[in-house]
Amino acid sequence: MKRLALFIVSFLCWMVLTWTLYLPSVLIGLGLAILVSFWFADLFIQEPRKFFQIKRLAFFLYYIPIFTYYCIMANLDVAYRVLHPRLPIKPGIVKVKTSLKTPTGRVALANSITLTPGTLSVEITEEGYLYVHWIMVRTTDIKEATERIVRKFEPILKEIFE
Amino acid sequence: MMTNVPFIFSLLLIVCCFLCLYRIFRGPTSADRIVAVDILGILVVGFCALFAVYTPRKFFMDIAIVWVLLGFIGALALAKYLEGKGFDE
Amino acid sequence: MSEIVVILGNVFIVVGLLFDLLGCIGLVRLPDVYNRLQASTKCVTLGTCFILFGSFLLMGFLWKAILAIAFVVMTSPTGAHAIAHAAHHSGIKLWKKSVVDRYEEDKK
Repeated sequence: MKRLALFIVSFLCWMVLTWTLYLPSVLIGLGLAILVSFWFADLFIQEPRKFFQIKRLAFFLYYIPIFTYYCIMANLDVAYRVLHPRLPIKPGIVKVKTSLKTPTGRVALANSITLTPGTLSVEITEEGYLYVHWIMVRTTDIKEATERIVRKFEPILKEIFE
Repeated sequence: MMTNVPFIFSLLLIVCCFLCLYRIFRGPTSADRIVAVDILGILVVGFCALFAVYTPRKFFMDIAIVWVLLGFIGALALAKYLEGKGFDE
Repeated sequence: MSEIVVILGNVFIVVGLLFDLLGCIGLVRLPDVYNRLQASTKCVTLGTCFILFGSFLLMGFLWKAILAIAFVVMTSPTGAHAIAHAAHHSGIKLWKKSVVDRYEEDKK
């Protein structure tokens, strides 16, 4: 199961990179993907069952446009702050709490936080606390900051990774 | 007219690179310099994409992919160095 | 049809270049490491993604460019996180007008 998941991913990468149906090339890719999936499956994929659930894939596709929207908003926000002559920033590091449990989900959440308006994840602890650098601190309370920063992504990421 | 367009695009990216170089030159702490080096690495990817489009050499896109991954490893190594730890922690 | 694709690709490249430029201006103007890291990582990541997407359109739907976009989006924020974490651990202070530093309080 693990090996099949890694095999699909690596073979897809090979096909996209070479982008040809020339038979020897496809055969080499097949052999390399089998080798890679036999050697490294234990390293990369912990829970292969999740990989084959169509619901998670659908939520992932649903996540992409939302993420792109927040990303573009973040850039316009940064553009406003950078081009403003008096630099309207009020930075600080606040603490938020996440209820995601799996490492992959937490990494995805941290990356999403980094690419969305005004926030940059600095540290993530075992208990599920994230320390977030916020360029415009509106509140220092844990609950309210969680509401403002994490709540946008957590439900969807929970569907994808948990 | 149309032949000048790639030139102008490259010029804009070169201005970006010079701003990064300014930060590397001035940066009060080493962390500033590391940030600027990381950003410079991502700008090179944009250069590679532009070259792949506007010159007949399509292999620049492969260079872009490899540059992204190597730049990531470089950023991690520089971060570890900044933290003052060994590489196996 | 193909003309529309070419124009769209060039528009994407121009927008991406403008975002890159904004990110680098932020790198020069903002006051401390964390703010610089924020502005430059966000803007340069999205700008490079736009350039790659424009080249995806201009080069006749070359899917390699989409793979490159996926790699940029996955690796660049992780690198920024690592640098911010390392900078905080190596004892670089926040800007003097910063409001709060919960991480410093909790480390003690």
